[in-house]
Amino acid sequence: MNPSESQGEKNTLAKTRNLKRNTLPALTMAGPVTFWMLVFVLLPLLYVVFISFMRRDAFGGIDYHVTLSNYVEILQPVYLKVIWKSIKLALLTTVICILIGYPLAYYIARKPSKLAAKLLMLVMIPFWTNTLVRLYSINLMGQPNGFLNQFLLRAGLISKPLDILYSDGIVVVGLLISMLPFAILPLYASIEKLDKSYLEASSDLGARPAITFLRVTIPLTLPGIVAAVMLVFIPSLGMYYVPEALGGGKVMLIGSLIRNQFLVTKNWPFGASLSILLLLITLIMLWLYTRIAKLDDMEVF
Amino acid sequence: MASRKRKQKRMLFKSLSNLYAVLVYGFLYAPIAVMMVFSFNDQKVNYYWNGFTLKWYVKLFTDSSIVEYLWNSLFIAGMATLGSVVIGTIGAVGLIRFEFRLKKLVNHSLYIPIVIPEIVLGLSLLLLFEVIRLPLGFTAIILSHITFCVPFVIIIMRGRLSGMDLSVEEASMDLGANRMVTFFRVTLPMLVPGIMSGAFMSFTLSIDDVIISNFVSGPYSTTFPVKILSLVKTGLSPEVNALTTIMIAVILLGLLINSTVQAFIRKRFLTHIKSYF
Repeated sequence: MNPSESQGEKNTLAKTRNLKRNTLPALTMAGPVTFWMLVFVLLPLLYVVFISFMRRDAFGGIDYHVTLSNYVEILQPVYLKVIWKSIKLALLTTVICILIGYPLAYYIARKPSKLAAKLLMLVMIPFWTNTLVRLYSINLMGQPNGFLNQFLLRAGLISKPLDILYSDGIVVVGLLISMLPFAILPLYASIEKLDKSYLEASSDLGARPAITFLRVTIPLTLPGIVAAVMLVFIPSLGMYYVPEALGGGKVMLIGSLIRNQFLVTKNWPFGASLSILLLLITLIMLWLYTRIAKLDDMEVF
Repeated sequence: MASRKRKQKRMLFKSLSNLYAVLVYGFLYAPIAVMMVFSFNDQKVNYYWNGFTLKWYVKLFTDSSIVEYLWNSLFIAGMATLGSVVIGTIGAVGLIRFEFRLKKLVNHSLYIPIVIPEIVLGLSLLLLFEVIRLPLGFTAIILSHITFCVPFVIIIMRGRLSGMDLSVEEASMDLGANRMVTFFRVTLPMLVPGIMSGAFMSFTLSIDDVIISNFVSGPYSTTFPVKILSLVKTGLSPEVNALTTIMIAVILLGLLINSTVQAFIRKRFLTHIKSYF
């Protein structure tokens, strides 16, 4: 037997052993998740990008001809108005969520840890009840002869029922109710981590509480603020059931527009191009997030 | 004098912040309170209070199709939790242990379902099922729910795995156990807390999901939230309030039992340990 042959035999032996030791376990363990992510996440998204450049055929199917017309259609004033309104309402919701959530998160973080855990639990419990039922309660309260108007009428604060429902304002209230926990949790996580000695140092050096808050507390909890902005802004932007439950179809947002393209009017290519737009806005937000907070600080999620 | 003033100021600040917290919690809980109160209201159209009744609860259990949708949701959430915990747990271990070509791609794609708007994931799954000609319905809903639960399970498991001492696994293999035995007898038991919180997360996400289920549920089989969405426009019947009230009661009871049991175990466990010293 010559040495090179035995060398080769050893190699194949090592290879089969290697295959048995590493490839098979790797395939069984990492295989399913790899398959799942490719088939259920990546390929469908690529397909969405693909059909956004296609045309709709007469039967609501897809006509495989490359075109940019879907993206040109977005530029029509009707749709631009819807997109602008969605961004405006989502931004408003985000800002109010932070303004309401930050003081509450601060309040919870300053409590002893056992009480803080209970208070956080109280924030989470509404989240476990069906969001739509809660929205429906708001709907009932806001009806012209509903509880809120009755109360205001009897108290003599108003002379005739207010139009509470079917307005942008009530949609923002609905978004707030469903999004506030997502703002409070990351804010709490970052405020809780804040090293108190920085605050003491700041006040020892003569800064007044307000200055300390603006120049020390806010910058140090910025990752939590940015995470809260992401967690509220992105879902609010694509949300369609809040406007449907409270806006009664009068408040049209981009989410409802996309949903209608897919489930009602069956113009899939146009719906796909709208959702690509939504994805682009999301990507810009993510990019800003990675610029402000480091991506490996994902634990705030 | 000055210190007294400061004390007063601090007291004022404290009571103001307490008041603030009460107001925010009030805002979060007002819709739930209204729903609970109206579940006992003796009137079909719930605009004002008309008197106490239990008839909606009776109706719920005698003739109501709503409960059926809740069972659908529970079944789907159970299956989706099972699927995503199995795939997620094995996958999390696999993605840490092994190097392969697609690893980076998979790791990045895990964040996609978490960060993109739900509606985009929903419509892309709808398109996928259309292309592979899978009829919309229970199977499609379960597959979709697994898709958005797996990343959460993996991220939770990763947190757990990174805090774990890997030398235990090596010790197991040095002592002659193969990978399979090591996984089931050493790795898996250490992962149980992570699996529990992953399962909890998946179940919660699945049972409350509206948007993705709405896209892939089709006309005949639907989940509880999607059914509620279609009813909200026409007006919900009060038995839905009754059902949700029961659900909240069950959740609160579960939390209470959980914390009592945990406190009990902790106490027993501590005395158990102390008895050794």
